[in-house]
Amino acid sequence: MANTIPWERVRRAGSKLTTPLLPDDYLRLVNPLWTTRELRGRIEKVVPETEDAATLVIRPGWGWRHDHRAGQYVGIGVQVDGKFVWRSYSVSSPPKRSGRHIAITVRAMPEGFVSDHLVNGLSPGTIVRLASPEGDFVLPEPPPAKMLFLVGGSGVTPVMAMLRTLDRRGTVPDVVLHYSSPTEDRMIFREEIERLEQAHESLTVHKQFTETDGMLELSDLDRLCPDWRERETYACGPAPMLDAITEHFEQAGLEERLHLERFSLELGGDGGEGGTITFQNSGKQVELDGATTILEAGEEAGVGMPYGCRMGICHTCTVTLVKGKVRDLRNGDEFDQANEQVQTCVTTAVGDCTLDI
Amino acid sequence: MAISDVQEYMHLTDEEIEQLGRELDAIRKEVEDSRGPEDAAYINRLIRIQRYLAVAGRLSLLLGTHSKRTRVPAAVTGATLLGLHKILENMEIGHNVMHGQWDWMNDPEIHSSNWEWDTAQPAEQWKHSHNYVHHQFTNVLGYDNDIGYGILRMAREQRWSPVNLGQPVYNAALATLFQWGVALHDLDIERIRKGEKDPKEMKRQLKQIFRKGRNQILKDYVVYPALAGPQWRTTMAANVAANLTRNLWSYVIIFCGHFPDGAMHFTEEEIEDETRAEWYLRQILGAANFEGGPLLHIMSGNLGYQIEHHLFPDLPSNRYGEISVKVKALCEKYDIPYTIGPLHRQYGQALRTIVKLSVPNSWTSSDQPEPPTPPRSRRRRSDSERPDRIRQLGAWSRGTSQERKAS
Repeated sequence: MANTIPWERVRRAGSKLTTPLLPDDYLRLVNPLWTTRELRGRIEKVVPETEDAATLVIRPGWGWRHDHRAGQYVGIGVQVDGKFVWRSYSVSSPPKRSGRHIAITVRAMPEGFVSDHLVNGLSPGTIVRLASPEGDFVLPEPPPAKMLFLVGGSGVTPVMAMLRTLDRRGTVPDVVLHYSSPTEDRMIFREEIERLEQAHESLTVHKQFTETDGMLELSDLDRLCPDWRERETYACGPAPMLDAITEHFEQAGLEERLHLERFSLELGGDGGEGGTITFQNSGKQVELDGATTILEAGEEAGVGMPYGCRMGICHTCTVTLVKGKVRDLRNGDEFDQANEQVQTCVTTAVGDCTLDI
Repeated sequence: MAISDVQEYMHLTDEEIEQLGRELDAIRKEVEDSRGPEDAAYINRLIRIQRYLAVAGRLSLLLGTHSKRTRVPAAVTGATLLGLHKILENMEIGHNVMHGQWDWMNDPEIHSSNWEWDTAQPAEQWKHSHNYVHHQFTNVLGYDNDIGYGILRMAREQRWSPVNLGQPVYNAALATLFQWGVALHDLDIERIRKGEKDPKEMKRQLKQIFRKGRNQILKDYVVYPALAGPQWRTTMAANVAANLTRNLWSYVIIFCGHFPDGAMHFTEEEIEDETRAEWYLRQILGAANFEGGPLLHIMSGNLGYQIEHHLFPDLPSNRYGEISVKVKALCEKYDIPYTIGPLHRQYGQALRTIVKLSVPNSWTSSDQPEPPTPPRSRRRRSDSERPDRIRQLGAWSRGTSQERKAS
């Protein structure tokens, strides 16, 4: 039915009645999910996974396409003390076109007040904001014949979406999963992974409990998975682990085979010319190449930049541009007025700029 | 000459003025640090109420006007609800959201960067003419276009011309058509007339105004009447009444902000090398409050706390009440006038000024406490002649630089 009714035209006609607002702004009074102005979702269930991790089952509202690819992440914005804060998490549920829900699995980080809020502070019924699926850490179509997953801690979530997808199709190729977790209790999805291993002969799982067994030494890879050089490898986990894996694969000349999860935004617009950015309050200066965002440059320079979704949605990263010109990397819009507020996570410099931070 | 040389402040030393500035900064900091879930709930609740009012008003006109028995009550109810919805949207919600008062919530649906309000003026132009031109250069002759809006002579320093004789009439017309007066405000017709306006910028602005105004007119005077079918006349009349109510109300509230006696005018020499503390002082001196209960304050967008709003234009409006207690105490401590009175008296004074200043100064006596300054030409400044904007006035953008160049 969705294809027979031209919803966009209905909405446009409706907006003649609601201008300057959209019909969505009124419909959401009836049901908070009935709006496409911002992607929203309702928390349906909070399923505890381990002591400090939980899976949030979310019912997305209008405008959500249910077309994420296994391994992608979504942005989630929750209101904490009146303020929307954003984080990105991998979708752990397999993509399903007819699906009505998505699931993300979150581990409460020590001192991570947002992740803690997500794990312990959300009750079913809460309305959250969502951002469309992003990321190129995805299961290729068709899946490679031989795969290796190197997973650390909550890095399991995108991999879980891939495993579930393969499981649902019933065609699991030759897969080796190496999964490190501090202890057995803290291993997210342990039971489900054990079930999958039993169900599929072609799936081999190595579990490593780092508090007792120590960290994965990459030199052990030859022993754990002798044919790792022939496998398409997907790694997700803490940054030091990813750094070590990258180095290992580079030394072997196999970086083409390695796929890492990177939480970064794909920016389509043209870059800027770059220039020197001056952070006037912290007195720091940094050269920017015109492809890097101001936020990244500021973080690199050690300026305490505010940030949120890192994809231009939430306005948390907004800083005052004292002088100079910046370009929005998403669409090429340029902003050059004195004391204008700019979103640092999606803009880069066009010439020298001064920022008030 | 700086603001501190104005008579009212002769008794304050530079150090005292800076101290006052620091105390006001402290008030700002305190409010900023305490913004929280209750404030967020306040604005969300208000937006909900305002939208329910709109729905109820429209429905009452659509459904209630078909039976002869309910026609009149439904029309009156509908017009009233719609009027209230427009007033709330423009005053307490739109104006304040566009100042960036709610940007701290990081809610893209309630954000100064993309809020569009339910009136003819495009938000972008409002944010320029109001947040920047008016709030930064409050009551500075030649810089603040809100002194009489280019239509009325509201300061004795402004040179009299025979055209001013019609002021009472212009005033009545402005009040009635207030939303359209506001819509044209940022165009700066005076500079267009003198050929000083950049034609590209003018074209761009006119296009924006045309598009926004057309949608507003279509909605109230074509689409809804058409939906009412045979009762289109009733719906049309109710919509006219609602718009008129909003126009008159917002006109009265806005005229009470800077035109009552006691709100002073300044000259460009006085804002030369102005410090932040001196800017604060000018805001206190140039604005006037009015008294009232909580409902009156909400319906007037908390502009009865005009002084507080001018000191802290981007702090949430629901906090102005508590801020005013502290500001008043500071004014007493530093012996600075704090202009306040009941709404009818403040408006009465504004009206008296309109009438008095329609004739040459020598015919009337001044009601202003300010010392007489030599008359000034009424030439208006362009942005390139104004200092860059200061922060804290609310974020705004004049479109992207390409848009400005392309049009």
